[in-house]
Amino acid sequence: MNAATTIAQREKLIIVGNGMVGHHCVEQLIERGALSRYELRVFGEERQRAYDRVHLSEYFSGSCAETLALGTAGLYAGHGVNLHLGEAVIQIDRERRQVLTSAGRYAYDQLILATGSYPFVPPIEGCEGASRLVYRTLDDLDAIRAAATDARRGVVVGGGLLGLEAANALKSLGLEAHVVEFAPRLMPVQLDAEGGAALRAQIEALGVGVHLSRATQSVVAGEDYRYRMNFEGGEFLETDLIVFSAGIRPQDALGRSSGLEVAARGGVVIDSACRSSDPHIYAIGECASWNGSVFGLVAPGYSMARNVAAALAGENAASFTGADMSTKLKLLGVDVGSIGDAHGATSGARSYRFIDEASSAYRRLVVDASGKRVLGAVLVGDNSYYDTLLQYVQNGIALPVDPAALILPQTAGAPTLGADALPDSATICSCHNVSKGAICTAIDNGCGELGQLKQQTKACTGCGGCAALLKQVFEHELIARGVSVDKSLCEHFAYTRQELYALVRVEGILSFEEMLARHGRGHVGCDICKPTVGSILASCWNQPIMDPSLVPLQDTNDTFMANMQKNGTYSVVPRIPAGEITPEKLIVIGQVAKKYDLYTKITGGQRIDLFGAQLHELPAIWSELIEAGFETGHAYGKSTRTVKSCVGSTWCRYGVQDSVQMALTIEDRYKGLRSPHKLKFAVSGCTRECAEAQSKDIGVIATEKGWNLYICGNGGMRPRHAELFATDLDDAGLIRLIDRVLMFYIRTADKLQRTSVWRESLEGGLDYLKQVIIDDSLGLGAELEAQMQLVVDRYECEWANALKDPQKLKRFRTFVNDQRPDPGVHFVRERGQRRPIAAAELHLIPTTEEVL
Amino acid sequence: MSLSNVAVNLQAQDWQAVCSRQDLVAQSGVVVWFEGRQVALFYLPEQDTPVFAVDNQDPRSGANVIGRGLVGHLKGELVVAAPLYKQHFRLSDGRCLEDSQQALQVWPVRIRGEQVEIGLA
Repeated sequence: MNAATTIAQREKLIIVGNGMVGHHCVEQLIERGALSRYELRVFGEERQRAYDRVHLSEYFSGSCAETLALGTAGLYAGHGVNLHLGEAVIQIDRERRQVLTSAGRYAYDQLILATGSYPFVPPIEGCEGASRLVYRTLDDLDAIRAAATDARRGVVVGGGLLGLEAANALKSLGLEAHVVEFAPRLMPVQLDAEGGAALRAQIEALGVGVHLSRATQSVVAGEDYRYRMNFEGGEFLETDLIVFSAGIRPQDALGRSSGLEVAARGGVVIDSACRSSDPHIYAIGECASWNGSVFGLVAPGYSMARNVAAALAGENAASFTGADMSTKLKLLGVDVGSIGDAHGATSGARSYRFIDEASSAYRRLVVDASGKRVLGAVLVGDNSYYDTLLQYVQNGIALPVDPAALILPQTAGAPTLGADALPDSATICSCHNVSKGAICTAIDNGCGELGQLKQQTKACTGCGGCAALLKQVFEHELIARGVSVDKSLCEHFAYTRQELYALVRVEGILSFEEMLARHGRGHVGCDICKPTVGSILASCWNQPIMDPSLVPLQDTNDTFMANMQKNGTYSVVPRIPAGEITPEKLIVIGQVAKKYDLYTKITGGQRIDLFGAQLHELPAIWSELIEAGFETGHAYGKSTRTVKSCVGSTWCRYGVQDSVQMALTIEDRYKGLRSPHKLKFAVSGCTRECAEAQSKDIGVIATEKGWNLYICGNGGMRPRHAELFATDLDDAGLIRLIDRVLMFYIRTADKLQRTSVWRESLEGGLDYLKQVIIDDSLGLGAELEAQMQLVVDRYECEWANALKDPQKLKRFRTFVNDQRPDPGVHFVRERGQRRPIAAAELHLIPTTEEVL
Repeated sequence: MSLSNVAVNLQAQDWQAVCSRQDLVAQSGVVVWFEGRQVALFYLPEQDTPVFAVDNQDPRSGANVIGRGLVGHLKGELVVAAPLYKQHFRLSDGRCLEDSQQALQVWPVRIRGEQVEIGLA
């Protein structure tokens, strides 16, 4: 085709509307090269260029019009598209094929209506100004903001998806927000009764008032607030502003006035090619009615835009065949998901339901009569189930044996749908209709980076809801293609921690230098490999970490055997085994804290943390503590921390075993054990579990007959209940199993991997671990026990060791050439103790003197 | 450019002894008080340049802790990892690998006999 002649002969294409769908159509026309055939003109009624209406509420929480804008500012001009903003199309003259705007007449050969929808405001007496606000455009939001200026309370009429978004907007403006809904539940389209109830409970807990089954009859002047809304039945609610979000209506005025066929419930009637009753006019998005339905979501609008752009570009365009109205949202911070036949309306449909009234979570799984396919689902409170369920529905994947597991609280055993289970046709991103196959093609064509993949396929650039799934598919496909996912520890060692451990053990390597010379690169190492190898050496051979060859390996906390805090001072934690301490020792801790003016706090592990010591003070503090019989608590190391205990049968009327004695035995045995990450233990004297053993790496709970052992629990950022590993053990049997579990963990875990994550990553799971540890299926038992015994036998308090050696103490000097303390450390007093000064306070205090 | 800078600095006219070689800790850092400043000295005996002097103050935390960081070798450069937030600074010119906004001042430094000397800029 000759470019010069085609430009001369280009047809005139006009798009009316510059919303999300209109804009997507322009993008698609550009991408498909359709602009070589058409001279494109776009009219937008609003002043702003197309923006992201889905994330409109972010306009009140920091986003400006420009960050919400779609595409770059120069996109249209750069491709020769004429964009007329703030210029509404008033009329379509179909006979002459012209549109009439406020500024003039423009001819077209093809016309696309993308005029969207407008908010429906029911006719209510007395509604005007601030009692008749809507939530649709940036101008609407400016009007809401203006009305909110000296308002205290705001009401949203409409408890659907957009209404709850609007309530969120009012809340972020600092108003007391209320939602008034005509139906007896929230989100009546997407949720069933129980789902609505769960959502209501969660939203009310956030301080938003919810008023259901209320029909507003009139709005009059209020007494305490600006307005009073009178409801049917005599009740009323006062408010300073009212936002209507009671549904949308297709903006089909141009279609009506120009005589296009319009559906009974509104919307320009289109066929499967998105053509209206006039073959020169298309309609896409919310202004169009297909098969009697208007689609108020962005994904179907995008798919119409794509089809029309493809047709105009001369491609074989797909037919529009309806849309999946499944949605996943965060409304007011609450996860809400609705998939397919959420109401179970299909004949013969049966449901599984999970109701958690304690945290107001609700999940419903709707399956077909045969029990083989998922038809739909409702999720309130946790959308982590959404992606998997959606894939079941969209791809007709057969249900697992126990379908309820799909909505039950997720534990390690729950079946999840891996990326490999999805067929190539599976839609990963429904906004841009990107299938798993398209992603695989992009990867095959050399796309090896996630950001690049998003750019190329557009996946995950719409609503962003598919981010997790996309990443999963991407990584799975890379691995499937044999792209080696580099597991090297760092640039100096092409080995994993586990491989390095085996090398140390098999070759009897005793130092980092030896390790680096034999298996690494360079002569120095780095802050990743040095501590890792240092930890492995300690786990295997348990030499004092302050030995000269080991010192430079430790991270700073290990080097100085204390925990560095934000201002460069240290905290000191003496070991208090099992949390048991004599009054005499308590007094010593108090005296030391007083003498060195240390901030003291009780830790979660039943010990006492002393904060604010400078480097040069550490040896003196420790010599006083060691003098009184304390040992280091290893709070600074990736090593055994504490063994928490309750008082057990000695004092407690419920206790069945001496939990303190067992905690002492355990702490004494494993103190100083270096491991891939920190280790926490607890022993409870009865099933009431006051020591919280089930949140620890190793948990022991007393029974009438002995001890139950729980393993691989965790608190903190990623809580995990420990799993019952063995029951009714005697003392020796318990220690034997703990020896084996811990050494097996040290041997096979990755760098900085807690036992909980290690356990979840173990192929074969808990059963496998039981076989190895209890049944000794690998024949490792005796070896693991012997290794542990070696470490136990070589235990020595690191601080006691360091204090005996002047060479080792040389490092504990703030300045090697001056006696002064660090002049950059400043404290203030608060609640009777000193604490680091905050940066903001610093300029107030020019000297190091404390402020009382 | 940074290399020539270091070379020029090493030509410093006036040198001041700050501590003895015995005060240094091999493969690691110590801190000296130098004309009202805190200077961290890193000692790598087997390297061509065996000692480096950089500012002890971590620009990110404001704490005087750089001398307690771990020394390493990354992408051909000797670096120190700041102990609190683990960002890396090049020992040669104090540049931060992760953040061009952060840098440590560096001083010319040398070992003369048993003395460690810092050059006056």
